[in-house]
Amino acid sequence: MKRAFPILAVLILAFLGYTAYEALVVAPTEQTMGNVQRIFYYHVPSAWTAFLLFLINFVASIVYLIRRNPAADMIALVSAEVGVVFCTVVLVTGPLWARPVWGIWWTWDVRLTSTLVLWLIYLSYLMLRRFSTSGQTPVLAAALAIFGALDVPLVYFSIRIFRTQHPQPVIGGGGSIDPRMLHVLLINWAAFLGLATLFCWARYRLEYMRREIEETQALEALLEPRGSR
Amino acid sequence: MRFLYAAYIATWIIHLSYAGILLRRYDRLKNEAAELEK
Repeated sequence: MKRAFPILAVLILAFLGYTAYEALVVAPTEQTMGNVQRIFYYHVPSAWTAFLLFLINFVASIVYLIRRNPAADMIALVSAEVGVVFCTVVLVTGPLWARPVWGIWWTWDVRLTSTLVLWLIYLSYLMLRRFSTSGQTPVLAAALAIFGALDVPLVYFSIRIFRTQHPQPVIGGGGSIDPRMLHVLLINWAAFLGLATLFCWARYRLEYMRREIEETQALEALLEPRGSR
Repeated sequence: MRFLYAAYIATWIIHLSYAGILLRRYDRLKNEAAELEK
């Protein structure tokens, strides 16, 4: 297992290099927007990856609330943290795409605002986990995660339900996409999923290690003779 | 083109920063574990 991680990391980094080349060089140039449309190959897969991670967080939180399983709690924490990283990418690349295409960095329409709210909800989830000293923190966090997950379908379906500045979905939304563009989009998503897996794996191991150290420290404090402090 | 490059560079800065945070946490935990073993 110890050797598997660096091997996987190298493979995924090489794949990310290849998919970046595909996105920047191989994918056809979009006729209306030109080269700036290539932001699409990072913006959309990052959003899909974040949604998937928040979904994992939602399922793990429910499992934790039902079974009080520490592994489910760790999975919930890890998926939320990595999800926030990918959601940050969405919120940064979005305005960088909007400025040359719409002429504005940001507009308070439903898609953009609900994405920002989603990011803030999971940021508050992470802050709760980081700073709360209550023994009930995992339970409170799991409850918050369940409410937070309600925002995910709102973000996803907002462009179908409401009239927004954001373009309609190119897949499953009645739009069309060049098959070469679709190929580049999907391989970039695969690469980002690989990166997310690496991050989750490393973060899970760190969380496991942290909990072991805390348990050992607590045990040592208990076993320490009373007069020795 | 500058917006395109800015978006790609920003994405990698975010990912590399997070990888850096994970590495720093790992170092700190490794030191704590070593302290405990003493």
